[in-house]
Amino acid sequence: MVAENISFYLLAVAMVAAAVRLVTTKNVVRAALYLAIVLAGAAGIFILLLAEFVAWVQVLVYIGAVVVLLLFGVMLTRAPIGRESDLDNDSRWVPALVAVFLLGALVAMLSDAFGSQDISFGSIQRTADVSDSIFGAYVIPFEVASVLLLAALVGAVALARRD
Amino acid sequence: MLNQFLMLAAVIFCIGVYGVLARKNAVLVLMSIELMLNAVNINLIAFGAFRDNVIGQVFALFVIAIAAAEVGVGLAIVLLIFRNRANIDLDQADLMKG
Repeated sequence: MVAENISFYLLAVAMVAAAVRLVTTKNVVRAALYLAIVLAGAAGIFILLLAEFVAWVQVLVYIGAVVVLLLFGVMLTRAPIGRESDLDNDSRWVPALVAVFLLGALVAMLSDAFGSQDISFGSIQRTADVSDSIFGAYVIPFEVASVLLLAALVGAVALARRD
Repeated sequence: MLNQFLMLAAVIFCIGVYGVLARKNAVLVLMSIELMLNAVNINLIAFGAFRDNVIGQVFALFVIAIAAAEVGVGLAIVLLIFRNRANIDLDQADLMKG
């Protein structure tokens, strides 16, 4: 349990530090790299929670595809690669106030509801069980998700093509 | 043990909310949205492990698939805004302001 706790706190500190830098950095490309750090940390958290399949999907889809897609977006919108001062809104204290208020409300509510609960890690959730569930009880949402992906693909091409 | 995962997700979610509200560049706003979606995924997996149930993982996989579709369409819209206005500052895209 001690090893789990140590790795959790290492991952958590890295993730929170990278997330804070992501929303404060002046460099768009570095923001994408900080996003990759946060996503890799989330994959580590999934492994700590014994969800290996979701962890590897996270690495493949998020770090492999989404971050690259965002970097393409940075490239195609010709964002300046160096430092830029004009990335934030004029007033930053209103968003900070909203975020701090929301964090206070969430922390109070979660520690009230789940403060004393513990994860038992009784049975290991195998990838086979996940696939049984997807292709058994949740096969219709799965098919709907594939249609949604097709629609998003066609929509993205239709929006972005030039004519 | 459950609570620390939920707290981490809450902190990341609130940082994402700050990023969505404070950033002006549309690509950075999309990155902040990814941050918030990831916080939700951590919550789903943590509750799945807590209830000893695979449904949390199934939902997290659906969220990952839909987030990938969302970022694709979002970037296409950002490209379109850039092509029409030559910048992607969200506070200048106020055509529908009354």
